[in-house]
Amino acid sequence: MQIGILYSRIRKDEKLLLNELRDRGHEVEKIDVRKERFGLESTTAAVDDLDIVVDRCLSTSRSLYATRFIDSYGVPVVNGPETGDVCADKAKNSLALAEADIPTPATEVAFTKEAAMEAIEGFGYPCVLKPVVGSWGRLMAKIDTRNAAEAILEHKETLGHYEHKVFYVQEFVDKPGRDVRALAVDGEPVAAMTRASDHWLTNAAKGGETEAFELDDRARELVERASDAVGGGMLGVDLMEVGVEPEADTGETGGEGSGEYTVHEVNHTVEFKALDSATDVDVPGRVVDWLEARAAAAADDDAADDGGEEVTA
Amino acid sequence: MTVRGGVSPTMTSDTDTLLAEDPITGEEIELPADVEVGEIIDSPVTGTELEVISLDPVVLEEAPELEEDWGE
Repeated sequence: MQIGILYSRIRKDEKLLLNELRDRGHEVEKIDVRKERFGLESTTAAVDDLDIVVDRCLSTSRSLYATRFIDSYGVPVVNGPETGDVCADKAKNSLALAEADIPTPATEVAFTKEAAMEAIEGFGYPCVLKPVVGSWGRLMAKIDTRNAAEAILEHKETLGHYEHKVFYVQEFVDKPGRDVRALAVDGEPVAAMTRASDHWLTNAAKGGETEAFELDDRARELVERASDAVGGGMLGVDLMEVGVEPEADTGETGGEGSGEYTVHEVNHTVEFKALDSATDVDVPGRVVDWLEARAAAAADDDAADDGGEEVTA
Repeated sequence: MTVRGGVSPTMTSDTDTLLAEDPITGEEIELPADVEVGEIIDSPVTGTELEVISLDPVVLEEAPELEEDWGE
């Protein structure tokens, strides 16, 4: 097969993927999106003969536009632009999860610092303020006091890009010092790990320690539903372990091993090098298995469409 | 400012590595032989992230700095 990779950086994740593809004899077209132009009818990128294109753009904006254009040329692309659109924005992500009746942290969005303060006071302290677009735990604020809230909101309103004036306020979930990252392909879990830290942010990018995690039935169900909720694809689903029912007196939400979860995020350009190291699963192998299946399915769809046209003619 | 460094692709006696010029310090550094264009490597001299711009000749540049919309 001929497989395109949209990228602007070859990290260890992309290297694992490239090596697996080449080991299986696939032809790989590396497409550095920084060097290409995307027109309404065609692109300078060599995509015409590709069976499928994989989006590995590090930049969210490039990912969203490049996949939208590639999709418009009729070239299969994963993840698709619709999935990217939902996953790239935390507000849309939360809405999609809630609309699918998937447990997700209570969230409010406000557009002025006054309204954001009302949201923060409504949640009480601590609560969390996140940028709507961002990753790796950057610019996340756990707000412990009103003074801190006022300072952070003023800074964001004064210094920030317009997206920082979309205040995404969320309840603080008292997780057991770790969260769970599951990599799934069209809802089927490939592997999962915990990310643990003494800090409230447990992202692997923030130095969280990773360890293989066996998803139970409930977690598997939530991963599948979360994947469906955002349109499917190769996704990183993030869950936190919570108690089944919060204690009314303390508000504590239980934790490790409770068997209940809340899904706080689904990521559409998922990194997997940490997962590959933390687990015994051949993650790039499983990813390429899925890519081969998606490319074959797309080819079958094309053949069916062509056949249909012939019959019609 | 873009800082570049480059040398002709010379395999070392150890065929698992290539030689290149560190664009920050000008020192000669070794790269894995399977390195490819676009790959990010850490300079063994300064720890700076370097991007492989080309392989013939081997040219390295200081990698772009982290931008706000980078991530998963």
